[in-house]
Amino acid sequence: MSNKIKAAIIGPGNIGTDLLMKAQRSKLIEPVWMVGVDPDSPGLARAAEMGLKTTSDGVDGMLPFMQEDGVQICFDATSAYVHAENSRKVNERGAVMIDLTPAAIGPFCVPPVNLADAVARKAMNVNMVTCGGQATIPLVAAVSRVQEVTYGEIVATVSSKSAGPGTRKNIDEFTRTTAKGIEVCGGAHTGKAIIIINPAEPPLIMRDTVHCLTHDDPDQEAITRSIHEMIAEVQKYVPGYTLKNGPVFDGKRVSIYMEVEGLGDFLPKYAGNLDIMTAAGLRTAEMYAEEILSGNFMPNVA
Amino acid sequence: MDLKGKKITVHDMCLRDGMHPKRHQITVEQMVTVAKAMDEAGVPLIEVTHGDGLGGTSVNYGFPAASDEEYLTAVCREMKNTKVSALLLPGIGTVDHLQMAVDCGISTIRVATHCTEADVSEQHITVASGMKGLDTVGFLMMAHMIEPEELVVQLKLMESYGANCVYITDSAGYMLPEDVAARVSLARRELKPATELGFHGHHNLAMGVANSIAAVAAGANRIDGSMAGLGAGAGNTPLEVFIAVCDRMGIETGVDTFKAMDIAEDLITPMMDEQVRIDRDALTLGYAGVYSSFLLFAKRSAAKYQLSSRDILVELGRRRTVGGQEDMIEDLALDMARERGTIQ
Repeated sequence: MSNKIKAAIIGPGNIGTDLLMKAQRSKLIEPVWMVGVDPDSPGLARAAEMGLKTTSDGVDGMLPFMQEDGVQICFDATSAYVHAENSRKVNERGAVMIDLTPAAIGPFCVPPVNLADAVARKAMNVNMVTCGGQATIPLVAAVSRVQEVTYGEIVATVSSKSAGPGTRKNIDEFTRTTAKGIEVCGGAHTGKAIIIINPAEPPLIMRDTVHCLTHDDPDQEAITRSIHEMIAEVQKYVPGYTLKNGPVFDGKRVSIYMEVEGLGDFLPKYAGNLDIMTAAGLRTAEMYAEEILSGNFMPNVA
Repeated sequence: MDLKGKKITVHDMCLRDGMHPKRHQITVEQMVTVAKAMDEAGVPLIEVTHGDGLGGTSVNYGFPAASDEEYLTAVCREMKNTKVSALLLPGIGTVDHLQMAVDCGISTIRVATHCTEADVSEQHITVASGMKGLDTVGFLMMAHMIEPEELVVQLKLMESYGANCVYITDSAGYMLPEDVAARVSLARRELKPATELGFHGHHNLAMGVANSIAAVAAGANRIDGSMAGLGAGAGNTPLEVFIAVCDRMGIETGVDTFKAMDIAEDLITPMMDEQVRIDRDALTLGYAGVYSSFLLFAKRSAAKYQLSSRDILVELGRRRTVGGQEDMIEDLALDMARERGTIQ
């Protein structure tokens, strides 16, 4: 009997394909299905070449086979608009849904901050916030675990080439969902998110700035230590997560300047924004897989 | 060049772009006073919001003296003939802000993106153009960074989402009149005849008025400026000067020239914290093609880390930074200070 949990990826685009490449190296996850909607999708063809079962009939094309194929975890890398329906369908077949869209119908999950809680709650749907959220919320949390943060603000700058049509059509969902994640997971009373798309060539590596306003004067030493520890945690799954400058302390402002270089699996290295999303999604799935394998959690047929 | 009898719409930026040199600290009372004077002078359209548009309030860009909602509510209810616009940068503000501004009484929304990224405006322009009577404008910033042919592709995207007017925006004050003419004339040929075309200039190379006239000659019918040039960098096209030139040329703006001069001299100039002028750093913006609102951020970081603000601005230009990347400035200054050994 296999000691890996079988998984399906919905959405054979850039994110889905990068996730597939990462999942193939996983010791805990075995990707078995790739689901798309376009029979001519190059992503479906690539997945088929890698030995996955594929369908171009959307989630409905996979549903009849999910139980016999033992799919217990699904990743949704499509769009916020179709996510709820996808999630309902796979949950009914007893699979946990890991949501990489900004739909945010399930609890937020930022692995180094609250993955253990999300898994302990045995949620059947967890949301990975946004790429900018994955890159920045750990640092807001690193400050707020030291002392009260009244306001957390992030600026995510991504290269034009790494901002796909989904992000572009849903840019408001990015800013809203990220801001909410800064509050719910990051622990700031008020969150604000800004995204900038830069078309420079060669493409710039994802940059993120995190500004926190603390309630009392910041404990510089404790905050600096907490930030370095958090960065080390994120580096476990995104090795290119790098502190460029800071923390800068200016009155009650704490500013942190980051760069996120991806692993360069399917997506180029500059697209750290996409890499951190797929890496965080996979890390979440692996933690669920551990729980399932150890018998602590059995995804329920809803 | 005979432009006699040509009718154009001027759009004043004092209460939006002018927020940059004022560090977003213009008070509600000052806004109402200025707006009423604009109404009295016959200025058809004025913009009111945080300098970085709706939702711009932030550590990154600065916290304003009052909220967008307070500014817009106070100004809109006092206007007799002048209409009020708001700016929205997707990625900073959302459709929720747009709805709030409409509820406050704006009649024009301007949705701004970097010149190559028009498709991030689809969500906002589509919603705005579906609102009855809302003048919906697409605004392409840093338009000097791409060739006219590429720019027109992006303008047409905004037109296709439902914008009834599109703008070519010289955010860096880098363009020369021939650059403006090439972009505007190609856009005029390629866009639908009913789509209005605008130009927004900055005065960093002292080309604000000349560029705006070149835009009108090439087919633009909306021109942005600000009285006394109150705006980012060396300011916007000084609107009272542009109006006087239009008068001389027979271009019809509908604005009382002397009243425009009086607003500039008696209301706006005394409001300035420092004279908005082409100082060395503002000139560097125009020379190196850098987003005008970076000016004060570069000056502050230069002072804090003992660097040359010109060096910072030139490097920001070399890295092809775009509007909104104010957070790059302290980051870059720290890198430069470390290289020079002034910090560890």
